[in-house]
Amino acid sequence: MSETSPGPEEVRHVADLARVGLDDEEVERFTDQFADILGYFETLEEVPEVEREADLANVMRADEVRESLSQDEALSNAPETEDGYFKGPNVS
Amino acid sequence: MTDDHNIFVTEEIVEGADDGPLADATVAVKDNISTEGVRTTCGSAMLDDYVPPYDATVVESLKAAGATIVGKANMDEFGMGSTTETSAFGPVENPAAPGRVPGGSSGGSAAAVAAGEADLALGSDTGGSVRNPAAFCGVVGIKPTYGLVSRYGLVAYANSLEQIGPLGPTVEATAELLDVISGPDDRDATSREEGADTDYASAADGDVAGTTIGVPTELVEGADAGVRERFEETLEDLRDGGAIVEEVSLPSVEHAVEAYYVIAMSEASSNLARFDGVRYGNSGGFEGNWNEAFSDSREAFGEEVKRRILLGTYALSAGYHDKYYKQAQDARAWVKQDFDEAFESVDVLASPTMPTPPFEQGESLEDPLQMYLADANTVPVNLADLPAISVPAGETDAGPVGVQFVGPAFGEEAIIRVGSAVEN
Repeated sequence: MSETSPGPEEVRHVADLARVGLDDEEVERFTDQFADILGYFETLEEVPEVEREADLANVMRADEVRESLSQDEALSNAPETEDGYFKGPNVS
Repeated sequence: MTDDHNIFVTEEIVEGADDGPLADATVAVKDNISTEGVRTTCGSAMLDDYVPPYDATVVESLKAAGATIVGKANMDEFGMGSTTETSAFGPVENPAAPGRVPGGSSGGSAAAVAAGEADLALGSDTGGSVRNPAAFCGVVGIKPTYGLVSRYGLVAYANSLEQIGPLGPTVEATAELLDVISGPDDRDATSREEGADTDYASAADGDVAGTTIGVPTELVEGADAGVRERFEETLEDLRDGGAIVEEVSLPSVEHAVEAYYVIAMSEASSNLARFDGVRYGNSGGFEGNWNEAFSDSREAFGEEVKRRILLGTYALSAGYHDKYYKQAQDARAWVKQDFDEAFESVDVLASPTMPTPPFEQGESLEDPLQMYLADANTVPVNLADLPAISVPAGETDAGPVGVQFVGPAFGEEAIIRVGSAVEN
């Protein structure tokens, strides 16, 4: 069990942040399960500090026009389109 | 349960080129790998009717090699699960162990090979999702070194951890499929030159004379008695073949499961933000504002997917990032170091692939943490970006047992060689 694990209100808040709709039963189950899971994650505190030697290099390509999906193909899975654009709900 | 074990989400034949190394082979493709014109659902109601307008690079490679694709294999939703029970299209039954799960998340792919529905299959492995079902279904599965195989067209769950990998009935056949799909790709900036012009199939020669095999005690101690027996017998056979077996210690792997889940969930919370019901996927309608419509759309996710998105969002949120995500990255670096040190004295590492035989259907769904803990032996490999193979090593009363061999980065030949010795 985690001492700081989120209660039901916090679970709802995180769901809002993530834009995931939850019903009341899911909120209740997740509250219990998160306490267990986050409690287990807290054992990461026992991990020593490790010197990380990231041996990584950026991979870049020239910014040139090349073949891509047509507008029709790109829109083919959209639930609704209008005049060749994706249609979405109001932003505000 | 149906006679066909519910292996495929979509059964559709796609013919490849007339000749090529796979001209006589049928292949099942996991349903999170994009196939042009063929529905690709990721096992999710969110993508119920999604039809990709392009092929994944590995699918182009299959077609060029002459393979015939026979269908899109069922899977845990977005790869999130170890049993193929979180699929929106119903669970897959294990053809090799009736009443038990086939493992996951590539359960349909492994079951297709085990049931003879396809000669070969492609899966994806983020934390064991090729090796776990290979072990539970009694087939061979390979998780390649990170960067060996292009991920272009693989629907992302946790990019920094996952690789597409082959499954097959024998080590040699599985290695042949790996030869076909590996190689650099300018559409995946993390792909590497080491995958070009490989000949892994010829490494399946069964010759282990002089090979040093390290056994990490941490990955054996927790295993079921029946699994340990099969594992010890396998080591005995390898000793008879001239291999040297010695114990090694990897203390960091005790923290691998929690590090893996923090990183995978964090990446998932970001990756799955693309499913907004506007460009593709289940629509949230056009009433109300954007945030409400977005939340409505995403009610189509199953419970395990919601759980991981929320935990990932939480782990990355202000005030918790250092506590969870940063410490998980430290653990990941520690795991890598541990493996590097081990490979200074051994050629490959061996452990049971899964600590248990296949679970009974329904057994693990109620307690997600218990399901996560079953991944203890597979997730360290993904954290360390290494290659690993799971090879059948006999059965217990509850079903097949797999043995896992892990190699150094781009050491696919070494694990294929040792794996092939287990078959002989």
